[in-house]
Amino acid sequence: MKEVTLLTEYTKGVWKNNPIFIQVLGTCPTLAVTVSAINGIAMALATTFVLLFSSIIISSIRKIIPAQVRIASYILIIATFVTIVDLIMKAQFPELSKSLGPYIPLIVVNCIILGRQEAFSSKNGIIRSALDALGMGTGFLIALLILGGIREILGNKTILGFQIMPNMFEPWLIMILPAGAFLTLGLLMAYLNYLVIKKKNREKSQLLAKYRIANNSLPIDEEI
Amino acid sequence: MELLLIFFSAAIVNNFVLSYFLGICPFIGVSNKISSAFSMGLATTFVLVLTAIVTWLIYHIILLPYHLDFLQYVAFILVIASLVQFVEMFIKKVSQPLYSALGIFLPLITTNCAILGLALFIVLRDYSFVEGIFFGLGAGVGFTLAITIMAGIREELELADIPEPFRGVPITLIVAGILAMAFMGFSGLITL
Repeated sequence: MKEVTLLTEYTKGVWKNNPIFIQVLGTCPTLAVTVSAINGIAMALATTFVLLFSSIIISSIRKIIPAQVRIASYILIIATFVTIVDLIMKAQFPELSKSLGPYIPLIVVNCIILGRQEAFSSKNGIIRSALDALGMGTGFLIALLILGGIREILGNKTILGFQIMPNMFEPWLIMILPAGAFLTLGLLMAYLNYLVIKKKNREKSQLLAKYRIANNSLPIDEEI
Repeated sequence: MELLLIFFSAAIVNNFVLSYFLGICPFIGVSNKISSAFSMGLATTFVLVLTAIVTWLIYHIILLPYHLDFLQYVAFILVIASLVQFVEMFIKKVSQPLYSALGIFLPLITTNCAILGLALFIVLRDYSFVEGIFFGLGAGVGFTLAITIMAGIREELELADIPEPFRGVPITLIVAGILAMAFMGFSGLITL
């Protein structure tokens, strides 16, 4: 029983509560860095790192932090880890760090991270908080990968630097410009909504059919 | 001339919302009505200019001379959070009508990425003190412009018959995309 719930702590962030598509949190970095898939991956990994470690720290000291200054303490802890990530990126991946520019430090004000601390880590144990953070990070990674992939394929003919579209395909410049980010995310979310609505309608009609069968069978039974 | 260029570049050509994606959360969250969007824009502009002043001073007077610039993110976010709190208290004390107009938006501004983004851009581009103020002012005007236009469009959208899957956030994002395209028309105006 417990193992199942631990697993759902992880999986809920991946799909059911996906931070981008369902909760619409942290849209600023999502739109800004998804010019290419590799940028999206780097951004998601950096965010997951910060999310994971600040969740662990905050859930382990959640009983010591006074309620009045909790937000300020969360932000300080988050900012510390963001500084660590930024310094590591600058030292190890200078090119990537340059192309992400100010968006790495802006992880500090990413609503996903503060939101998870306030809604989850401040109330739950270390293991659960870590799993929750990893799940949200994975969901964020999936969203950035889809968005970055679409924009890179259509705007640049490549994916992760490898050309996959034929030469005669004219790249859509708009996709790697800011406007393309808004349009792609808008259309993706509309498509997901469409799937959800379709599923709901199907369940509704199935339920209706069942109800009808049950209702029809009653009078027949009575007649017999 | 240089200052005017910085101002217009931040306000129109490289609009903070539509080309740097800073401050998307309030842009989508508070753009339902023109009046509240405009108030949000004004409050943000005010905080942006103050932030430009205070973070520049802290960076150049405290952090740089003592080689503490690795602490800049921690220092900036703390300064911004306390600045917003301070502004809220000050407005409440000085002008009640202004407080009731802007009050509810002020706490939201702390987590607006535009504020921290501005402080980071000023450091990154090595702006001088006056340039920083103009940059902050331009960013604020650009934000106000974008969020007010957006609110105007969304007020009309209330009456439109939108396909069900597009209702809510998706149509807002698509409208924002079209707006961004319109703002791209300014891009040849100034090259920085």
